[in-house]
Amino acid sequence: MAEHDRQVVLSRDGLEALVGALRAGGYRVCGPTVRDQAIVYDEIDGIGDLPAGWTDEQDGGHYRLKRRDDDALFGYAVGPHSWKKYLHPPRRPLWHATRGANGLGIAAEPEPTTRYAFIGVRACELAAIAVQDRVFTEGAYPDQHYAALREGAFIVAVNCGEAGGTCFCVSMETGPKARAGYDLALTEIVIDGGRGYLAEAGSDDGAAILALLPARSASDADRAAAEAAVAHAAAHMGRKMDDYAGVRDLLLANLEHPRWDDVAARCLTCGNCTMACPTCFCTTSEDDSDLAGSEAGHSQRWDSCFTLDFSYIHGGSVRASPKSRYRQWMTHKLATWWDQFGSSGCVGCGRCITWCPVGIDITEEVRAIRMTPGATA
Amino acid sequence: MLPRSSGDPMVPQVARVVASRRELGDVWTLDIDAGPSGFPFQPGQFNMLYAFGVGEAAISISGDPAKARRLIHTIRSVGKVSDALARLNAGDTVGVRGPFGGGWPVAAAEGADVVIVAGGLGLAPLRPSIYQLLANRDRYGRIVLLCGARSPNDILYRSELEEWRARLDIDIDVSVDHASPEWHGNVGVVTTLMPRASFDPARTVAMICGPEIMMRFVAIELENRGVEPARIYLSMERNMKCAIGRCGHCQFSSDFVCKDGPVATWAHLRRLLSLKEI
Amino acid sequence: MIVGMDAIIREHRFFAGLDEPTIRLLAGCARNVVFKSGQYLFHAGEDANEFYLVREGRVALDVVTPGRSAITFQTVGPGEIVGVSWLLPPYKWMHDAHAVDPVRAIGMDAKCLRGKCDADHDVGYEMMRRFLPVLVSRLHATRLQLLDVYGKPD
Repeated sequence: MAEHDRQVVLSRDGLEALVGALRAGGYRVCGPTVRDQAIVYDEIDGIGDLPAGWTDEQDGGHYRLKRRDDDALFGYAVGPHSWKKYLHPPRRPLWHATRGANGLGIAAEPEPTTRYAFIGVRACELAAIAVQDRVFTEGAYPDQHYAALREGAFIVAVNCGEAGGTCFCVSMETGPKARAGYDLALTEIVIDGGRGYLAEAGSDDGAAILALLPARSASDADRAAAEAAVAHAAAHMGRKMDDYAGVRDLLLANLEHPRWDDVAARCLTCGNCTMACPTCFCTTSEDDSDLAGSEAGHSQRWDSCFTLDFSYIHGGSVRASPKSRYRQWMTHKLATWWDQFGSSGCVGCGRCITWCPVGIDITEEVRAIRMTPGATA
Repeated sequence: MLPRSSGDPMVPQVARVVASRRELGDVWTLDIDAGPSGFPFQPGQFNMLYAFGVGEAAISISGDPAKARRLIHTIRSVGKVSDALARLNAGDTVGVRGPFGGGWPVAAAEGADVVIVAGGLGLAPLRPSIYQLLANRDRYGRIVLLCGARSPNDILYRSELEEWRARLDIDIDVSVDHASPEWHGNVGVVTTLMPRASFDPARTVAMICGPEIMMRFVAIELENRGVEPARIYLSMERNMKCAIGRCGHCQFSSDFVCKDGPVATWAHLRRLLSLKEI
Repeated sequence: MIVGMDAIIREHRFFAGLDEPTIRLLAGCARNVVFKSGQYLFHAGEDANEFYLVREGRVALDVVTPGRSAITFQTVGPGEIVGVSWLLPPYKWMHDAHAVDPVRAIGMDAKCLRGKCDADHDVGYEMMRRFLPVLVSRLHATRLQLLDVYGKPD
């Protein structure tokens, strides 16, 4: 069966029916919505919660919502949130300990049963989820919690028709069109002046739910409109990562390049990039106990390699200087990640550039080192 | 109780402390009941020990692998968690996750001369391999154990070192950084013991554990003596939180020290250890 | 006696590889010495008239700080040398040295050796080539000791 045979076009009502079907199927449906002057991810009741008619303006250290001159539902790039907030939650209880007359008792926290449906997952975000899949589910100790959430998740991808000012998925070969890892993929197109959604299934679950929705078969014109939308996004990337596969060797050969001092002079080591990054996975663990001292909880929470505590061993931090911490972040993301997980840790979403308070641009930092490889301070 | 059931590697098992003894001023050894089925481990591996309401710390296993009923940890109280662990008494319970990490090349060293260099508490993670080497003494060539400590009062497992010295089939030399004139042993950094040690560099496997800078100097010295960098093993210390390569804290370039280490070869570490703040 | 000294010098690690004429030359400045356990080889402030090549036993190098007990900062064993202050003016010892065990050593007359080094720079160069690595490795070792690597962190 050709791929095209499964393509249909949903109207907005069809899209609403999709959300309804997912909710009826027991999914907690989450999607983009406007809050605090940004497009964030949150639980949605229907397509009325989506950011209709909004777009964003993004640049280094800069994010503004702007009104579009149409009512597109997906006419913006990615915001500060990513789906990792659901699959790899910012804080997660690991176990619960009690202390009684006979000593300690330790009980694992139950595995999650929530089934999420994500609406509006971009190609770069699918790539990010795939990266975190490799981090958490491969190797000797798969993360059962992550695996359970991931297993239960229903993913509705949306191909990008607009590129953000800090996007560079094209040069990372991760977008702007979703290629794999989704249950359904949508492309928002204009048909007869209105909005429609070219839809295709990427899984049996996706096909099953698509079959329930009011839809019509896609025409060549629909497909051409979808391709044009994606081509428009691809042609308008705000940033570019040159030769992304060569960055590993470049950085590892330039661990003492003077550019690290240069970027350290700008970096505030705030860790925003690590929080906004859809692949950053580092966590710390902490205990909290009740006042009576008989109960304690042990949780993991997101941590950032930009903190001094991160590399602390008795006596001090291994990476005390801001330079070493920026270098750790960037070389991990773009270089050592290849050794650890077989891919770059960067998917080209641009969040680290947009949400850096001083606008440090990872693509520009790589370019600067590439201009003068082998330089030493 | 122990060993770990097949459950989540992030969740500790509860075990009971059966003995606690003070080794040095701020160093304590806990004997933990490993239960009837014991706690198998490789020399050089570590556990995450959990003190109720305080948190976890990575502590190397320092007992004899052949005596699996007793899980032995030597702990220096240097922080919140290690303070709480060091204060545990016989009868108290503790959370244990492990064993984690890769160990010393005890089996791979068969047929070779073995040079072990321990600095300070670095003897603790090396002790299980010493037990194994001595238990199979005929499988190895010369065995040399060089220990460095801050002062005579800071020499770990001192009485055991005396017992081993009495065996005559292991050359043991100890040096302290400074001492009062009453001390009749060596004074000087542990590397100064190296020229006096007798081993064949071409057929030597070396295992080094101690402060990173000391390990670097020892490894350089061994390499200068002609020991192959791929046969010089170091045990790295980094901030280990999850112990299974998931939390990111212990990264050392491409390695997660907790799962790719903590033991690694000088050939692997040499360049990175010469760079600052990796 | 002088022939015996030749052999002793030839055997000592510090002089390994020296040619025969030089060994004979140095033997003229050498004597056999023994120290009982606890006996001092020299004290800080004394003239550095003689340095020692340890053959057996160990020598501890100590510094004494007023108000504190003496601290041994290094021990020197067979094949190693005790004393470098004889090399440079003002030729005064900077620390004490005492025998930890019964010590047998070669004592080298410093003034005699300095004279021979001055008279024949090839001999002087040979001696410097042997002393310099000792000085450098002691400097490195001292740096490591200064770091107090085993000390409890703050």
